[in-house]
Amino acid sequence: MSEIKKNLKGFSTFPHDTIAEIQRSAREGIYQIRGLGAKRKVPNFDDLVFLGASASRYPLEGYREKCNTSVVIGDRFAKKPITLDIPITIAGMSFGALGANAKDALGRGASAMGTSTTTGDGGMTPEERKSSKYLVYQLLPSRYGMNPDDLRKADAIEVVVGQGAKPGGGGMLLGQKINKRVAQMRNLPEGIDQRSACRHPDWTGPDDLEIKIQELREITNWEKPIYVKVGAARAYYDTALAVKAGADVVVLDGMQGGTAATQDVFIEHVGIPTLGALREAVDSLKELNMHRKVQLIVSGGIRSGADVAKAIAMGADAVSIGSAAMIALNCNADMYPEDYEKLGTAAGYCHHCHTGRCPVGVATQDPELEKRLEPDLAGKRVKNYLATLTLELQTLARANGKSDVRNLEPEDLAALTVEAAAMARVPLAGTTWIPGYDK
Amino acid sequence: MCGIVGIYLKNKKYNKQLGKLLTGMMNNMASRGPDSAGFAIYNKSSKFKYTVCLQKNFELKDLKKILKSKLTNTKYKLIADHVVIETSSKPEKTIPILKNIQDIDLVGYGKSIEIFKQVGNPKDVVKKFSLDKFSGSHAIGHTRMATESAITTDGSHPYSTGEDECLVHNGSLSNHNNLRRSLIKDGIEFKSQNDTEVAAGYISNSLKNKTSLKETLTNGLKDLDGFYTFITGTQKGFAVLRDEIACKPAVIAETKDYVAIASEFQAMAHLPDVNKADIYEPKPGIVYSWGS
Amino acid sequence: MNFDLSKKTLREVNSYLQNIDLKSNQRDFVIKNPLGNHALCAGLQDEIKVTIKGHVGYYCAGMNKNAEVTIEGNVGTGVAENMMSGLVHVKGNASQSAGATGQGGTLVIDGDASSRCGISMKGINIIVKGSVGHMSAFMAQSGNLVILGDADEYLGDSIYEAKIYCLGKVKSLGADCIEKEMNDKEIKHLSALLEAQNIKADPKKFKRYGSARSLYNFKIDNVSSY
Repeated sequence: MSEIKKNLKGFSTFPHDTIAEIQRSAREGIYQIRGLGAKRKVPNFDDLVFLGASASRYPLEGYREKCNTSVVIGDRFAKKPITLDIPITIAGMSFGALGANAKDALGRGASAMGTSTTTGDGGMTPEERKSSKYLVYQLLPSRYGMNPDDLRKADAIEVVVGQGAKPGGGGMLLGQKINKRVAQMRNLPEGIDQRSACRHPDWTGPDDLEIKIQELREITNWEKPIYVKVGAARAYYDTALAVKAGADVVVLDGMQGGTAATQDVFIEHVGIPTLGALREAVDSLKELNMHRKVQLIVSGGIRSGADVAKAIAMGADAVSIGSAAMIALNCNADMYPEDYEKLGTAAGYCHHCHTGRCPVGVATQDPELEKRLEPDLAGKRVKNYLATLTLELQTLARANGKSDVRNLEPEDLAALTVEAAAMARVPLAGTTWIPGYDK
Repeated sequence: MCGIVGIYLKNKKYNKQLGKLLTGMMNNMASRGPDSAGFAIYNKSSKFKYTVCLQKNFELKDLKKILKSKLTNTKYKLIADHVVIETSSKPEKTIPILKNIQDIDLVGYGKSIEIFKQVGNPKDVVKKFSLDKFSGSHAIGHTRMATESAITTDGSHPYSTGEDECLVHNGSLSNHNNLRRSLIKDGIEFKSQNDTEVAAGYISNSLKNKTSLKETLTNGLKDLDGFYTFITGTQKGFAVLRDEIACKPAVIAETKDYVAIASEFQAMAHLPDVNKADIYEPKPGIVYSWGS
Repeated sequence: MNFDLSKKTLREVNSYLQNIDLKSNQRDFVIKNPLGNHALCAGLQDEIKVTIKGHVGYYCAGMNKNAEVTIEGNVGTGVAENMMSGLVHVKGNASQSAGATGQGGTLVIDGDASSRCGISMKGINIIVKGSVGHMSAFMAQSGNLVILGDADEYLGDSIYEAKIYCLGKVKSLGADCIEKEMNDKEIKHLSALLEAQNIKADPKKFKRYGSARSLYNFKIDNVSSY
């Protein structure tokens, strides 16, 4: 058979996974629901490179010559802005989507590095508040577990308009993950499939969002920074509207951003890549004279210190990691192969968060599986990963002559592809050409 | 996203204060719509009134020179960079003449209506046009927070939809690009990428084809997709319509002397006797009208 | 103790009421000239009584805990949104999303409520003496919505376990919302809710509505409901 296969020509339009998916649809009659983010390749930070030092630009020595990484978040209106030691935060992921051990570990790792974690579509758990030095509390359309005491316990509040995996979609959690504790926190019957609203119940539109933000500030004595999170749809306009609605911070989540569960078709086909959205958002802030006054946190496919550095060079104030943080916890790690196989997948291909049978105990409520994730050890892994991102960021910043990572600028970059050059508005390497840009 | 306001006087008691009352409402809605503002005031004249906006470096004297021989029995009122031309010349004759002059924009026309709109914070815009000095029978106004199109005067509301008619909108349409293309085929012209301009074009196209305003708005429920609260001004009063989902707000306050509408009650809190007013909200998908 | 919002700022009034000196015996407050202000009395947390004399804007008594807030006028969008406990009494009419996502406590509306009354409610009891607008009790998870007047279209669309009792006419029911039995247990339950607010209405004349529970797990046969 392998001899014959060697000479066979497959279909570009109908490769094996597409054939499998069509036949699955024919069997089951419903869309595929899965976790994590877009699997297909899109223009991203890999298509940009730094220029580095040269005869005209001089680098800083590593270690001895300082390279500052801290950033103040939320000083536009809030009485108590947050000072992060590193410009990398942990994105919103719910307790329910993740297990308690995972949330605990993320908190420990982030706190060890002086940065923040974010709650998700299930509300704030006491463990999370305890283990996180800085905790950002999300206000989502569902309002599961929302209460004024947690608002006051939070260090910042994030109003979620949308997320990159599904701009326009609401939360989703399937029955197998709605155990007693999750059900109680979300006020739902155990074991049902949670349907979530895609719009907020008491405001629609930035004009009414402005009034909602005012209410949140009144309840919390104007102390907490208010973030507005959007999925990358019309980043230019959304950023302007968040500013006009009175946000302290804009959080922009590109299409590569993950989710615990949603329709595959939503993940792959709605939203634009982080690279393009980021440039739009920075343009918008600059036109409003709000760049660096309203901070911009960017997420969606941040993997290495290089991604962090490039995002900051393009004008972001910080980045947020979701999928990458889960991977640091052990998501898709090469262990328990039989359990991956039981799900019909393998390490490196797994997107089965929605099943609640996470082989490594991260995205599960099953106590037996959760045992595989020990919060202290996992917390150390997160800390190590964040530390590595920071060291990589500093290495690249120093190589470009910066004593503060915030001094990275677009002119430090070159593009390797025409698409990236156009999307990031950075010249194609070796040329002065930026496609579509007329100075 | 925006603030919309309107006030219709049932008797002559507050005619002279109409502009003052509207100013208070517009100022209060400035936070909902800080980018630009506009208003339409209705004051019946025996002649036709055409409100035009002068482009930069084009002055009233230049306009008078061009129109001297073309229009009969003409008076000019200059307010900031807008001119109200009062003349016996009918629209069929006058509008082509005005459209031919490159350095002006025709903002509105009719026997009662005068429309003023400008980029800038609403508080500055109403001051610039001395709104508080206006009198009339009814008025509608708008404060704009631009969502997907540019902040320009062309992108500001109210939009003229016909003789003595105009439109303001709070919300966001979702099928305006396709609709714009089909309206262009029907001969409607557009100056901006604004979704409200498309709704205005839709309404004026339908009215041109002799459909009543009520029927036009009712058809709009099917043809216009998205979220909206519309106020359309007419010679005799105004009409209000909310889409079937009705997420965008609207509150009405009615006394024996007036009917007022606004996006928030706050905008009406200073109106006379409002504490004794009947306060209610228009239901979704139903055309409400006063004066017609 | 009196406040006048034409003389004091919203921040001053809210701040005072959110941080009551419990050692003083001051528990009753009156606010004059609310002038349609937003978020008035939002975030209260002590057992105090506040009377607001006039009409207010959005989110009045938002996230209320323990306090008793009476509004002698109309309220804007989201009155008592996400209320945790206590009592909010609207003597006039309520705008959209009254009691939205309320987790506990009681909201009483003497007049009518507009669209989406009780949207996504999570344990609050809402009693409307007048009628409610369309999409009321949308995705209502738990708690009770009692309506003495009528209900507009799509009542209880996508409802979970919340209970709706309606005395008047219901224009239409939303997806997965059906009429349910009014047995002795239910009559007793409704009776208690009405008595707690001194409302003289015959519980036997009410109809009950709730979830058919057919959307609780994704099934392809329900595809038109999604």
